[in-house]
Amino acid sequence: MAKPVKIRAKLKGEVASIKSLMPHPMETGARKDPEGNLIAAHYIETVTCEHNGEVVVVADWGPSVSKNPYFAFEILSAKAGDTVKVSWTDNLGETSSGETTLK
Amino acid sequence: MKFDKNRRRLVQGLLALTALALVPLRVLARNTEAFQATSPDSALQSLFGDKAISDSDKVQLKVPDIAENGAVVPVTVESSLAGVSSISIIVVENPNPLSARFQVTPGVAANISTRIKMGTSSDVIAAVETEQGVYLARKNVKVTIGGCGG
Repeated sequence: MAKPVKIRAKLKGEVASIKSLMPHPMETGARKDPEGNLIAAHYIETVTCEHNGEVVVVADWGPSVSKNPYFAFEILSAKAGDTVKVSWTDNLGETSSGETTLK
Repeated sequence: MKFDKNRRRLVQGLLALTALALVPLRVLARNTEAFQATSPDSALQSLFGDKAISDSDKVQLKVPDIAENGAVVPVTVESSLAGVSSISIIVVENPNPLSARFQVTPGVAANISTRIKMGTSSDVIAAVETEQGVYLARKNVKVTIGGCGG
């Protein structure tokens, strides 16, 4: 089971600053292991961010996003009690997500 | 009675319009062709087709001048343009230049940060898309240790 997405949210007025961290190898498929065999490509393809259940950002990634991706964005018109969810799907069909409630 | 029927039609019509306004903006499916492109120009072509592309000082691209570790290069793209629908990051010298594309809705700021891999020193391009066109900012990043794990 893939590791959950860690989310840190800070509400300043009506803007919620969201910082997310997603444990993931983000293998490009070009790296070789010690025996010289290619390590298969394994990377997050799509990240979906929701604010109170509505999709606000969809990120399409290639394998050149760094390992254990960091992704920060800002939600406008936010208030305490709102929920923020970040979920991802990778090229092998694995998924994970994380959720937080704004304070 | 005729008066009531017209009034009902008007209310129904208004309700239908309101419902339409609440439908979220359509998000495009992942552009596989753009991610497989091997040159910045073909990536831009796949992403934006015939849309007018120009440089703009309303796009701020923040990247380090020198990246010690090409595997983890922080990138922030911010734009003061109105109606931004997507923000893309392109690394000119990477084997597949398109690194990431963020499709944004009006509910978020045109301001995203992430970290990318750079195989070697290269220009990084931020492409911000609105209905009017595509606006670019470009910066060079010197990489001391390449980030593709070769």
